[in-house]
Amino acid sequence: MQKVYTKIESIVGNVVTVRAEGVRSGDLALVGESYASVIKLSGDLVSLQVFAGTQGVSTTDAVRFLGRPMMVSFTDDLLGRVFDGAGVPRDNGPALTENMIPIGGPSVNPAKRIVPKRMIRTGIPMIDVFNTLVESQKLPIFSVSGEPYNQLLARIAMQAEVDIIVLGGMGLKYDDYLFFRDTLEKSGAMGHTVMFIHTASDPTVECTLVPDLSLAVAEQFALAGKRVLVLLTDMTNFADAQKEMAITMEQVPSNRGYPGDLYSCLASRYEKAVDFEGAGSITILGVTTMPGDDVTHPVPDNTGYITEGQYYLKNGHIEPFGSLSRLKQNVNGKTRSDHRALMDGMIRLYSAYKESLEKKSMGFLMSEWDEKLLKYGHLFETKLMELSVNIPMEEALDLGWEILAECFEPNETGLKTSLLQERWPKKDAVN
Amino acid sequence: MEKVTGYVTGVNGNLVSAKFDGSVRKNEVGFVKVGGDRLKGEVIRINGGAASMQIYEMTNGIKVGDEVELTGELLSVELGPGLLTQVYDGLQNPLPELAEKCGFFLERGEYLDPIPSRDWEFTPCVKPGDAVLAGDAVGSVPEGQFEHLIMVPFDLKDEGWRVKSVKEKGVYPVRDTVAVLENGSGEEKKLSMVLSWPVKRPIRCYEERLRPDETLVTKIRCIDTFLPVAKGGTFCVPGPFGAGKTVLQHMEAKNADVDIVIVAACGERAGEVVEVLKEFPELTDPRTGRSLMERTIIICNTSSMPVAAREASVYTAVTMAEYYRQMGLNVLLLADSTSRWAQAMREMSGRLEEIPGEEAFPAYLESVIASFYERAGKVRLRNGKIASVTIGGTVSPAGGNFEEPVTQATLKVVGAFHGLSRERSDARKYPSIHPIDSWSKYQGVVDMDRVEAARSYLKRSNEINQMMKVIGEEGTSAEDYIIYQKGELLDAVYLQQNSFDPIDAACEPERQAHEFNVLYDVLTSEYALGDKKEIRAFFNQVRQEFLDWHGTVYATPEFEAQEKKLTDLYRSRVKG
Repeated sequence: MQKVYTKIESIVGNVVTVRAEGVRSGDLALVGESYASVIKLSGDLVSLQVFAGTQGVSTTDAVRFLGRPMMVSFTDDLLGRVFDGAGVPRDNGPALTENMIPIGGPSVNPAKRIVPKRMIRTGIPMIDVFNTLVESQKLPIFSVSGEPYNQLLARIAMQAEVDIIVLGGMGLKYDDYLFFRDTLEKSGAMGHTVMFIHTASDPTVECTLVPDLSLAVAEQFALAGKRVLVLLTDMTNFADAQKEMAITMEQVPSNRGYPGDLYSCLASRYEKAVDFEGAGSITILGVTTMPGDDVTHPVPDNTGYITEGQYYLKNGHIEPFGSLSRLKQNVNGKTRSDHRALMDGMIRLYSAYKESLEKKSMGFLMSEWDEKLLKYGHLFETKLMELSVNIPMEEALDLGWEILAECFEPNETGLKTSLLQERWPKKDAVN
Repeated sequence: MEKVTGYVTGVNGNLVSAKFDGSVRKNEVGFVKVGGDRLKGEVIRINGGAASMQIYEMTNGIKVGDEVELTGELLSVELGPGLLTQVYDGLQNPLPELAEKCGFFLERGEYLDPIPSRDWEFTPCVKPGDAVLAGDAVGSVPEGQFEHLIMVPFDLKDEGWRVKSVKEKGVYPVRDTVAVLENGSGEEKKLSMVLSWPVKRPIRCYEERLRPDETLVTKIRCIDTFLPVAKGGTFCVPGPFGAGKTVLQHMEAKNADVDIVIVAACGERAGEVVEVLKEFPELTDPRTGRSLMERTIIICNTSSMPVAAREASVYTAVTMAEYYRQMGLNVLLLADSTSRWAQAMREMSGRLEEIPGEEAFPAYLESVIASFYERAGKVRLRNGKIASVTIGGTVSPAGGNFEEPVTQATLKVVGAFHGLSRERSDARKYPSIHPIDSWSKYQGVVDMDRVEAARSYLKRSNEINQMMKVIGEEGTSAEDYIIYQKGELLDAVYLQQNSFDPIDAACEPERQAHEFNVLYDVLTSEYALGDKKEIRAFFNQVRQEFLDWHGTVYATPEFEAQEKKLTDLYRSRVKG
């Protein structure tokens, strides 16, 4: 049943309306050459959101309803491929049409969820040691624009111990897209990666489809027993695209122009993170750029209420204070006996270092203890916080002990005596 | 009532408009038939002959002309034995059973019986000929540790109803008739153990509402002493993300001195519900020694589940709370978070194209929030029993700013305000309730005048601390410095509580009163101390002894020994 309608009644923003019958809400249609989806029905008036935008659409263009909702193909052929926000190949490969699955499916029954308990190693000490990433966790990277968040994401993609990586790019600069593609190809990670990329110059509507496409594919891989890591960059662009669409549809804005359902929009995507009992898992890392470094901006604020912590990227480091992995205590008790205590101890000393630094900048006299802290802070920042550091967690813990030993006497660290006896590096070995 | 059918005329998000031939009631429940699915919805507006229905499921695939069937009934929940220990979604679908049937995902259009079909041992408490009124018990069944009363429907009119027949003591299926009522005009009414009640209508079968004057003990010092909650009262917990709202609510759910706890997870993370689901069955209720789950009902509509059902979930929860109150029990309802519920209203209001109020919330936001919290209360039932529903709601204000509409509307109607502060949670001070900004209108476990006096130290200490940041420690006088240290001591040893320590995590009211009196003495004493270094050392010592005291079991020799050590220490330095 592919009836063609050729009388478009109105074209406003990205939305066209046409009179048609028997159309279902959420169905896909072709307006001219571009895909569109049915967003509203009112009598025989059908409103369609045109993915590629309505520029150049004529009132006599053909509208064909495909009688099915938006779908994406799910096969192993996806691996190594790059698609755009409408699911059309962006590389030179063939279009995939086998085993089509709907996007934006139902949510997981909470009774079927399990408590997450496996860590994902990334080789980045600030993550592995201080804010461990846990399978099935949803974590945003809060970042000011200009920070190397895409580099961080690419490194995690290359190093993380997972089976499949799904990268969803929203409003990416073309250079950034090329950077991701080249980096993943060079490192060999492309073989288990699927990319859905919407660049800044692509139509807005496609931006809003990227998370759904990425997560629909991820969900199928997870059900097939794979451990999937979904990387989304940048969710602020996704929210801005939602805002743009809501405003053109004359919805009443709630906060700084964002639609009232922003929370639900973000939550229904982030909540796809799950550990299936007896199957695989989905872990989501999303970048949320904070306009003006303002964590109370609606996008980071709503995100913070949804996600299980956040990594706070500032001055090229993952900040130890703003960052938090709410699930870390599920796993870091089982990694190595000194993990938790060392983590807490080092952060406590780092916070003392920050105070000393403040005192110093205000011109107060530096005591011997302050000097020790300053030395410690410097070593901590260069040896552990630097994003380029790439060592396994155990080595990072050892390095932590070495830094402590270089700066302090054992009893100054505030760590338990039994632990110090076990782990404190022998001085003679150092010198 | 005859079923009215109609057809869909429009779809906009989860709002479906439909036309009907027969009569349509506002707020009645209807089903849209899509393919093989029946999607539940509620009529929320009738305008120009068309009814607008909010659909509790995803609306993909609905087309104009699809059949709609109205039930003639308002959105209701089933009430009866077997509610406890259950995990429901916002529409009272039992989630574990749904998982068994549908697997990993919440398939739409699946509605299961909320009350499990099983047999209960029924004991009648009336005999044929007895006159009954709405809410009177005809018998009871044992549900876990409770006598679950089987009651006459709460909307039964006072028309001289009498018991015609009642089953003898014995085991019957939950949906079987256990009693028959008749009135003078020959009408009959069959009662089973299950009854149904519309969620948005409060149950009012009680003699009178009383003032909430009894403290609801949570075993959290900061709350019970400084910011108490009362049985039948209301309180709200606003706080920015990461300040520990949910953790605090879980602690309250574990320790609260009530019979039944209902947790309504409304639009929050699924992971947190999972924690409760896995943790509560393992924990024992300190009052009864049985599993904590036996006194708990969980209503869970997490953030990714359909938005419209989120609105229903808080009403579902409060209706169950009122039901158990009718049995003479004290119920605590914890709603996390009411902001998500308000946002669901906002979404719907936007779709209805209503004129928006502040931050696009509907103009009726305040009255809806007020009428929800007003369903809390302490009552005297007709049989003389005192029972209560206490409501505690978290609020998630945008940007952690309490000046937003939901927080403000909530503050107007609650009796206690436990504001969480980002600063305190960043400093790992648990619970992160701000002791100065928060307030309570209820009576706590300690004499209120003394609490006020202690709080004044906290305020002064805070002011001195602000001043010290500018002029430095050197410029502060020794008297001021002592007050500052006293405030810090109060914060460290009383307001903060170590939730990981098995003893300190739950502090009984007797112990609170006892410790508070010692602390009060420490605060109000004058000390003979020299320079600031000595002052600091002294208060550090007192703090250490106090913290060690928290680690001892109440009213044991160790407890008394540590108390003596502490009192000897500070008294040795008291002036004169």
